[in-house]
Amino acid sequence: MSALPQAKTLPGHVVCDGNEAAAWGVVLSRPDMVAVYPITPQTSLVEALAQFAADGTLDTEMVEAEGEHSVLSVLQGACLAGARTYTATSGPGLAFMFEPYLRAPGLRLPMVMSLVTRDTLSPQCVWGGHQDAMSVRDVGWIQVYCESVQEILDTVIMAFRIAEHRDVMLPINVCHDGNYLSFGVCRVDLPDAAGVDAFLGKADTNWHVALDPDRPMGVDPLTGGGGPGAALFARYRKGHCRGMQNALQVIVDTHRDFGDRFGRRHAPLLEEYRLDDAEYAIVTIGSMTGAAKDAVDEARCAGQRAGLIKVKTYRPFPLQAMVQALARVKAVGVVDRSVSFGWNAGPVFQDVLGTLAMLPQRIPAVSFIGGLAGADLTPGHFARALETTAQALAGAVPIAPVWLNENDR
Amino acid sequence: MYEIRLHGRGGQGTVMAANLLARALVEEGKHVVAIPAFGFERRGAPVAAFLRFDDAPIRRMTNIYEPDCVICIDPTVPRAVNVFDGVRPDATLVQAGRRALGELSVPERVARVGLCDAVGVALQIFRRPITNTIMLGAFARTTGLVKLDSLREALRAEGALRDAALEQNLAALARGYDETEVHLIERRAAA
Repeated sequence: MSALPQAKTLPGHVVCDGNEAAAWGVVLSRPDMVAVYPITPQTSLVEALAQFAADGTLDTEMVEAEGEHSVLSVLQGACLAGARTYTATSGPGLAFMFEPYLRAPGLRLPMVMSLVTRDTLSPQCVWGGHQDAMSVRDVGWIQVYCESVQEILDTVIMAFRIAEHRDVMLPINVCHDGNYLSFGVCRVDLPDAAGVDAFLGKADTNWHVALDPDRPMGVDPLTGGGGPGAALFARYRKGHCRGMQNALQVIVDTHRDFGDRFGRRHAPLLEEYRLDDAEYAIVTIGSMTGAAKDAVDEARCAGQRAGLIKVKTYRPFPLQAMVQALARVKAVGVVDRSVSFGWNAGPVFQDVLGTLAMLPQRIPAVSFIGGLAGADLTPGHFARALETTAQALAGAVPIAPVWLNENDR
Repeated sequence: MYEIRLHGRGGQGTVMAANLLARALVEEGKHVVAIPAFGFERRGAPVAAFLRFDDAPIRRMTNIYEPDCVICIDPTVPRAVNVFDGVRPDATLVQAGRRALGELSVPERVARVGLCDAVGVALQIFRRPITNTIMLGAFARTTGLVKLDSLREALRAEGALRDAALEQNLAALARGYDETEVHLIERRAAA
C-alpha cells in the first residue's frame, strides 16, 4: 500500500454506472498495481481507471499490457512481490487469460478481479449473461455476484480483505452483470477513504510465497509425479479446498464489519427475502434479483406465499446456508443466467439439486434459464417463474428447463 | 415511479442525456436508475435509453416497456422506430423538430406534447445537430419534473464538459427550456 495519503478529497457520492462504481472501489482500496485490458462490456471500467490514474484520483502503478494473458501474468509477479493488485475482464478476455487464471489460486495469490459478465461465443454476442463466469466456477477462485451498482463498489473493497485474509489467501472474482449493471446508472455512496484504509489494512499478499531477494525461495517448483511429490500435491489441493471453505466465514465477518463501519449491509452468502412463511421460493443471482423481488411482492399481494433466495457468494458454495433456506420451503425454482451444457439445466440449479440431497425430504425443483445475451428479466418473467414453481408444488414439475426469454418479442 | 424512454440517433448524446437527467434527479433527492438500450454504437443509428425515478428506492434493473414519457431528441427517428410503443395513457411526448403539433401523428394516449426546434438551436450553438442538452431543457419545461438549476448542476458535474463546451451546453439547456412550446391535448370524449 502506498505510504502517501489520498492525493485528492473524494466525493461523498457519485452518480455513475457499475463499471465506474467498480473503479471507485479500486480508488478506495489503493492497490499498488493495476493492469487491465479493455473488452466489452468492461471497457468503460478501464477508461474510468485510466482517467482516475491520470488526474491523480488513483495513486497506483498502471501497467499497459498487450493482452489479458500478460495482464494477469504481470499482476502475479507483482502479487508475489507483495503488491495489492487489481484487474477486470469479461468473456473473451477471460478466455485469453485462462492459463495464468488457473495458476493464481493454486499459488494462493490474493488477487482481486472484477468480472463483468458476458455471454460466451458463439453465436457472436457482446451482451451480458453469466456464461463466462459460470464456465470458471470450479477452478478455485472465489466468486461473488453483485445485485446493485452500490454493491459493486462495496464488494470490490471487501474483496481485498477477503482475499488477503490469512485463512483464505485466494483470488476473488467480483462479478457484476454486463449491461444491466455495467451500464446501469444510479447514485452510489462512497465510504470515507481513511475508513477504508483502516478497514483493509496494509497489503498482505506474499508472506507464504514470494519473489523477494531477502527471502529467496523456489516459487512453484514441480510437485507430483507419484510418491511423496504427489502426496505433497494432494496436501496443497486439500489446503486450497480448506481455504475456500474458510472463505465462507471470512466473507460473513467481512460483510458484517463493513456494515458496522460504513452503515451499508449486504447479505454475505445468501439473502433470504420474504421466506419466513413462504411455501415456495425462487433462487436468483446477480442483477436480476431486484426485478424478482418486485415480482415476489406482487405475488404476495395476490395472496401467494412466495419467497426468494439470492445467491451472493457462489464459490465457495454456501451449502449450509442453502440447506437452511431450502428447509423452509416446499418447492423451489432456480433462475440461471447461463446454462450447464452437460446437464441441460442451469449451473445454480445443479448446486441447488446437490443441496436438496442434504434435506430430510425431497421437494420439487424447477430450472429456469433467462437473461442470456442481454435479454431482460422483468417482473413479468419472474411472475411466470413463480407461477410455474407454485404449479410444481401442486405436482406439475417440468422435466426440462423453462427458457424465460424464448418468446420475447 | 415515473418512467422515461429516450430516443435519438448515435452521436447525439442520448445516453449522456439520460445520465445527466439521472444526476439532476439524484441531486433533487430522487432514487434513479438509468440504463441504455444495448446495441452496437454507430453514428446515426437509432438508439434508446431508459430512466426511471421514484421517491422510494428502485430495485429493478430492467428496460422500460410502458413509459410515462417519451423524449425524442431527433426529428426523424420516429420514422425508423415506433417511439410510442407501449406508452401509458396520459403520456407525455417531448419531441425535437420544427413540425407543428398538427403535422405529427401522436396517438391518443399522449396527453401532453412539448415541441422544440432542437436541431435549429443546436446548429446555432454547436454548428452540429447535437440536441441532447437542448431536449433536457425541453423536458424540464414540458413536465416540470426536474428543475433547470438541477440540470445546470448536472452539466457542471459532468467531467467530460469543460470551458467552452460547458458554456455551450448551459446555453443549450436554457434555450431548450425557453423555446419549447407545450401543448395539452384535449382527450376525445368517450364514445
